[in-house]
Amino acid sequence: MAISFSNALGVHEQALMLRDQRSAIIASNIANSDTPGYKARDFDFASVLKERMGMGGDTLELATSSSGHIGSPSNSISDDMLLYRTPLQPSLDGNTVDEQLENAAFARNALDHQASFQFLNGKFTGLIKALRGE
Amino acid sequence: MSLMSIFDISGSAMSAQSIRLNATSSNMANANSVSGSAEDVYRARYPVFSAAHAAAISGSSDPFAMSFDGMMPESEQGVQVLGMHESQAPLQPRYEPEHPLSNEDGYVFYPNVNVVEEMTNMISSSRSFQANVDVMNAAKTMMQRVLSMGQ
Repeated sequence: MAISFSNALGVHEQALMLRDQRSAIIASNIANSDTPGYKARDFDFASVLKERMGMGGDTLELATSSSGHIGSPSNSISDDMLLYRTPLQPSLDGNTVDEQLENAAFARNALDHQASFQFLNGKFTGLIKALRGE
Repeated sequence: MSLMSIFDISGSAMSAQSIRLNATSSNMANANSVSGSAEDVYRARYPVFSAAHAAAISGSSDPFAMSFDGMMPESEQGVQVLGMHESQAPLQPRYEPEHPLSNEDGYVFYPNVNVVEEMTNMISSSRSFQANVDVMNAAKTMMQRVLSMGQ
């Protein structure tokens, strides 16, 4: 009876990774809050997570040695997954970053990150307990 | 690992904002630096910001800053200062014949620095700096938490 980590960890492994990537995207938005012409971006967490879960964690990746090769879907967030925020108050310089909104999104994402982490950590604690057989 | 690149992203923004603050202080300091000729007078200067890849700005070859396929992710954009722009707003000539620097018509030229504008720029850049410090702190906490996994 083999222990499958991807089965044991469930959605939380992918969720933690996505939370991680989303935090970098929101950090980019906050960093560029004064850059003229910068468009704030984000992705739809639920749909990207669904896509990730559909990929399956145990498949081997295709090797790509040239830029023309089509690789297997990777773990990074590609450009077409990223959406643009609709600005509530467009500014004259074409920047669409709403600093308050981004700060709130970042804080919320950090909390969700903590939640995913605690679920994942709980899974590991459970696995360790099972392996020890205490 | 994306959390690692937050340090590059927010770091580049903090450095850009401090350049902006530097320009503001230079403008404020020279708000009354007069000159007798329009060519020599100080002109207000502002940095030009642009978005750029975080890893490219910091010049780090940190493998954690890259995504798993070795590409720099499109989504992670830091701030780059393209250069300084000198304001083309009209100078303020003032009739001060007693001034030692006045020209033959009795005029001295004051810089085109708008002190009110500089104050708002100062507040804006310090707020943005603060926001990026907060982001970096939050990323640090998240990172430390992840490092403690399984303990």
